[in-house]
Amino acid sequence: MGILIKNSKAEVKRLPTGTFTVDSQGQVISSTVPQGVSPTLINEIGRQVVASFGAAREAGMGISELAVQYAAFRIVAREMRGGAIIFLSPKVLQLVSRS
Amino acid sequence: MEARHKLLLLDDDEQMLEMYQVLLRELPSHPEVTVSNSGARAIALLESEPFTLLITDLRMPKMDGLQVLAIVRRKYPNLRIIVLTGVLDEEYRSRAYALGVDLFWHKPASNEEFTLFKDCIESFLGRDVAGEGGFRGMQSKSLVDLIQLECLSQSSSVLRITQGALEGKIWIKDGEVIDAAAADFKGEDAFKEIMSWKSGNFEILPTEPDRARTITNSYQGLLLDSVQAMDEWQGQQNAPAPTEGSPASANSGLMPLAKFDGVEFILTVPQDEKAPCESWAKDNVQQTAAWAREFQKRLRELGEKIGAGGLTQVCGFGMQRHWGLAGDDKKGLLCAGFRCAMPKEKVDQTMKQVFAKWVS
Repeated sequence: MGILIKNSKAEVKRLPTGTFTVDSQGQVISSTVPQGVSPTLINEIGRQVVASFGAAREAGMGISELAVQYAAFRIVAREMRGGAIIFLSPKVLQLVSRS
Repeated sequence: MEARHKLLLLDDDEQMLEMYQVLLRELPSHPEVTVSNSGARAIALLESEPFTLLITDLRMPKMDGLQVLAIVRRKYPNLRIIVLTGVLDEEYRSRAYALGVDLFWHKPASNEEFTLFKDCIESFLGRDVAGEGGFRGMQSKSLVDLIQLECLSQSSSVLRITQGALEGKIWIKDGEVIDAAAADFKGEDAFKEIMSWKSGNFEILPTEPDRARTITNSYQGLLLDSVQAMDEWQGQQNAPAPTEGSPASANSGLMPLAKFDGVEFILTVPQDEKAPCESWAKDNVQQTAAWAREFQKRLRELGEKIGAGGLTQVCGFGMQRHWGLAGDDKKGLLCAGFRCAMPKEKVDQTMKQVFAKWVS
């Protein structure tokens, strides 16, 4: 019963964290996202955010800021002169102790 | 003969699966234990037969446990899930709980820990976990049952009830309901509001002896009124569906949503594209509905690529108006507009409450 933990496993993917800016095409201009995060994924987030601002405008729901909440992750984006600044933050449980 | 509970055990380690399968079969309730060494197979098994409980590892090749959880929680909201992992990382624990797991266990490393783990599994199976609806904490009991139980036993307590972002409290003193509060409602109105919630969680808090009495009706009278109100509401729900994109009438299910502070419009978009949308104070209904569907689909796909879990809510903040968008697998999409003067945090919070009210 003593050897119930094994460590020869593949790593679980970490969620990206950091800030980056994109131009009006969704191309990344600058970024503080760790290098280990796939650039393809960051580009995809940038493209989708820029496309989301455009689609909302076309539908008469124009916005300058977008907050997307997933179960374990949050994307906040602000439109800036056609491009956008995007903040990525994994959600972390806030544990409060009662004294 | 009583049906046996069915457990699904997911781990990529064959030896681990074999060992846990043997040990879990020895539980007093003698559950049927099915094993899977991959996320894809586990999902296929869940599709093919009903399970009571899923126990899953996190670190696995191809599809990791968090990816499995994201899919499983969306498709099987009533399935109980326990994460059993060797990963000691607070981020993963947070993510697993955010994805809606019931328990997060570190793999037992001693006999004592394993005994605790087995007790925990047995305790889970001891409850009627397959039941739909009801309030967690007292399976198969409705809120009416719960209040009756407290009142009949002449208890003094505070019932705290939550349903998603909605929270309500009912104060009971010496077996009588003396006060209630929920969102902007107080007294009897709050009691009726809470009683309209179909499911959720509750906890019993210590009594507050100094709480002033605002409800004078007896608990039997209150429950009777609430049941009548629910029957009337059910009758409205069974009424013929409104015409496409029609504004909500006074009887519409959207009216309670429109009463939340700051709401400018409400639009509901059913899953079935052919079914009619329902709206209150919204123009361009069809165009907005098409945008909302596409918008949600795109962001869900993005979430799956990131491994972020299910999409819970989107809020947009504009110069003319703010809006929120949230989806329910059964009911479809809810889009609500808010006054542009509303603070962002208030929009976020109100949207959660409006959505929880709609789903309830």
